[in-house]
Formats: sequence, structure tokens, C-alpha cells
Amino acid sequence: MRAGIQQGLKAILGGFDVERVRRDFPILSRPVRGKPLVYLDSAATTQKPRQVVEAMARYFDQENANVHRGVHFLSERATGAYEGARERVRKFLNAREASEIVFVRGTTEALNLVAFSFGRQRVAAGDEVLVTGMEHHSNIVPWQMLCAEKGAKLVVAPVDDRGVLVLDELERRIGPRTRVVAVAHVSNALGTVNPVKQIVERAHARGVPVVVDGAQGAPHVPADVQDLGCDFYAFSGHKIYGPTGIGVLYGKAEHLEAMPPWQGGGDMILSVTFEKTTYNRIPHKFEAGTPNMAGAVGLGAALDWLEALPREAAWAHEDELLAYGTEALSTVRGLRLVGTAPEKAAVLSFIFEDIHPHDIGTVLDREGIAIRTGHHCAQPLMQRFGIAATARASLGLYNTREEIDALVAGLEKVRRMFA
Amino acid sequence: MATRDSQLDDLYQEVILDHGRRPRNFRRLDDADRQAEGLNPLCGDHFRLYMKLDGDRIQDIAFEGSGCAISKASASLMTSSVKGKTIAEAEELFSRFHKLVTEGPDAVQLSELGKLAALSGVCEFPTRVKCASLVWHTMKNALEGERQVVTTE
Repeated sequence: MRAGIQQGLKAILGGFDVERVRRDFPILSRPVRGKPLVYLDSAATTQKPRQVVEAMARYFDQENANVHRGVHFLSERATGAYEGARERVRKFLNAREASEIVFVRGTTEALNLVAFSFGRQRVAAGDEVLVTGMEHHSNIVPWQMLCAEKGAKLVVAPVDDRGVLVLDELERRIGPRTRVVAVAHVSNALGTVNPVKQIVERAHARGVPVVVDGAQGAPHVPADVQDLGCDFYAFSGHKIYGPTGIGVLYGKAEHLEAMPPWQGGGDMILSVTFEKTTYNRIPHKFEAGTPNMAGAVGLGAALDWLEALPREAAWAHEDELLAYGTEALSTVRGLRLVGTAPEKAAVLSFIFEDIHPHDIGTVLDREGIAIRTGHHCAQPLMQRFGIAATARASLGLYNTREEIDALVAGLEKVRRMFA
Repeated sequence: MATRDSQLDDLYQEVILDHGRRPRNFRRLDDADRQAEGLNPLCGDHFRLYMKLDGDRIQDIAFEGSGCAISKASASLMTSSVKGKTIAEAEELFSRFHKLVTEGPDAVQLSELGKLAALSGVCEFPTRVKCASLVWHTMKNALEGERQVVTTE
């Protein structure tokens, strides 16, 4: 709790004003089922600040045309907006070159791209792909599909009872046949922050590249790809205050250059004859077809919005809320937090008495409280903890202590109903 | 909590809470001649349904597994309701039940549903309809002799 207070002070002294942040999100002031909305489902998708919606509307109202091909005024403007968003993402991730930023639909598509372009080239029969026990299905299934195709083996690094990745066990599993390590930056189901930099160091020491699922990482912890040293980093726009349908794959230029295209079509070519096609340069080689231009503009606006906040203070606000929420939920009789790693971000996953999370979710919903219930697309992790599902409250920059209090009060109502 | 939420109270009626806590026919049926598995991947409800047929009559029926209060109560009520009925009667009951949870109590003759009427509140909760109907779909598969897993997705 002391850490919580310190973080709270840091947030306030650092100039983070949650009420001002909330004013950017019109949806937060709408009632739900006659109650004030308490939105605790940002790990599923964040709400969008009006700056994002306005930027997208402005794009459609003033700049829309197809990119990279027209010689006319609007096409030039649209291309500028789209490529400007790419540069914005480069800056956010601190990538060396904008050409290392590939726009995709979301993290899932990014990870599939890596598995089926980079992975397919690299992994052969008898090889191994190493993942962790806390991965989201989207960082398991593509690798599983690749392994099935190639006759390779999916190897899993274990997670301890607190939800911490056992780093030495991961390292022990990096063998002579390991071709890729794929790991979540932050677990969506538990909130565990993985030591990606250390994982990268240990994997690189054995010549193995590292793919990072940053869907929950990019919104909540520093995601500096040069500092992390990772080979690939994927994240989704809609989990970082941007729109759905746009996401990012960062890849080191040397990898992207060497990788075959993933999808064929327009925009990814330099020239086509029926005999031979010459592919475009990176990143365009990986962006077949008309891209999600308005989505990219919206993502750029989301990153502008995010980075205009005092970053250290904003992170401190989330940490303080997490500490406050951890403390508050710990006082609820019969509640057990699932995921108690010392390094955590933005997620409070729990089980409560023997009440099924789905029933908890329905009762809380009637109080205007939105949480996620289920296996969070991490069934192997649920099996690890011997449970089918959890209830998950997840935090965003707009959440408040009062909303945590509302959750605790809602849980008492759940207890009265089912006890 | 001064105000009552009547829709919520309708959903979690005493009968539902009771059957959710102490489900009837909640056991393995060792001499079952039909069985099927039902899975709701969204929330992790997972049941195995056992059936013993005597000609076209459901002589015994039971289930095992885990799930939310609604799915468990529905399994408990379903097994209680179809035990002793013919396959045709059970299927007829399913179509009435389906109408009840999707269209609401006004769309059916509640008296024909017996205890199943306790699930009438589900229609106000679209996301919970699949919880209530999972075990019924599982029953249908068991009757049709299909061994694959039923899912509500």
C-alpha cells in the first residue's frame, strides 16, 4: 500500500489529472443500466478519446483517397497522413526506421505474419518454437499451426504459482533446435510483466530471435524496441486508445528484408508480369491491398494523445490504481487474486467464492460495471491454475479509485445473491 | 442496496439458484448408451451428458461438469424434465424451451414447460441464452448419436 501511495503522489505531482483525462472520453459519462458506467475492461479494448474520433473524421472529411498510387492532390494528402502515422508509430516504439513498421489489422495478424513468413522460412522438421505458459491464444495457435506444418515442436516455458515466468526454465528450454522464442510483454489474463530485455539477452546469446506480443505491453509499460532488443514487436491500435482494425508489426529491417511476402496483391509489388513479380520495398512488401488509412490516422492520433500526457505520471497513476485495487480486492472475503507477480500492469484477475465468473459478470453489469469474464483466450494458462475462467477487471488511464470502490461494492452484491 | 433489480431477480430466481447449487442428476451414468460433450468456449462451461434409452424412451439421464449457475441449473432442470419422456417429447420440449429463452414467456404456454419456466428470465439477458441452451443442444447431439463436442459458438 505504501508503494501505492508513493505512486499516487508521483502521479499528482507529475501533473496527471484523471478528471481531465476522463473529459476526453465522452462514453465515460454515459449511464449504463441507469448507473454511471464503470469501465474496467480496457484489456479487451480501451475507450477512445475524442481526439482520435475527430482525427478520423477529419481524415474522411478532408483527405480521403487511396494511398501510394494517385497523382492527384487528395491521394498525396492521404499518403502523407498514412505515412505520417507510420512515422508516429516509429517514434512511439523508438524503432530505427519507419520502414520497420508494418501496418496490419492487429496483434493477431502481426503474429500470424511473423509465424508464416519469418517462421515458415526458419523452422524445419525437428526444430522447436519456444513460447511461455501465459501466452494469449494468438501467440500459441499460429506457432502450433506452423509446427504442425513443418513437423516441428512447440515447447512451453513454465509459469509459477504467482504467474511469474520461470526465467531459468525458459533459458533451459532454449536448445540447439530452438528457432524462435515468442513471449508476451504483459500477460492479458494475469497482468504479469515479463522481463523481455533479459529474455532477449538470453535468447540472443544462443542466436535465437525473439517475437514479442505487445498487445498489453505497449499500452501500459515502456515499449522501446531498441532498448528491449527484440526482433519483432506486435501491438493493436484498439488496446491503446486507438481504433479497431489497425495494428502494428515492428520487425528489424534485416529480418523484414529477408522475409518473403505474406499476402500477394496490389501495393506490395514493384512490377508484375505473368512470368515474374518484383516485390516492393519494406514495409510495403507486407501491406498487400488498400490499407486501413483512417485506422492508421486514428492510431497516430491515439499515440499523440497518449504521449502528450506526462508519461511517468500517467504510468504512476495506473500503478497506484493497481496497488489500490489489489489492496481493496484482498479485503473481500472469499476472493482470490489470480496472478500476484511482483511486476504487474493494469490487470486484476480473480475468482470469488465458488461463484462462476460469468454470474459475477452479469450481476456487476446490472450495476453498470463492465468487466471481462472467461478464459481470456488463455486456456492453457487457466489449466495451469486449475480453473476454467476468471473475472478480470482491467485498468486504463481514465479509471479512478472510486471505480475500484464500486467494483468492491458490486462484489458484495454478488455475494448476497449467491451466498 | 435500496432498489431491487427485477430482471436480475427474474434471472436468478430461487429455483435457479437452488438447482445451480445442488444440481439434480449430477453424476456419471456408467451404463449410458448415449453420451455427448457440451462446451461453451466463451466462458468455459463444460458438461458431459449421459443417457440411457429404453427403445425410444429416455430411461435415465445425468450430467457431469462445471459451469455458471445458469448453465448448471438448466442442465439440472433439463435432465429432470426429460427423464421418462420419449425422444419425440424431449425434442418437442426443447423447441418450446428455445422459444422461451429467445422470445420470452409471452411466446409460449408456460404451463407446458413446468419447472423449466424458471428460466424465463434468461430472455432479457441475450448473452446468457447460450448458457441456458448449451445442455439442450448437447442432449440433441446425444440423441442423434453424434460424438463430436457441441459448442455454443
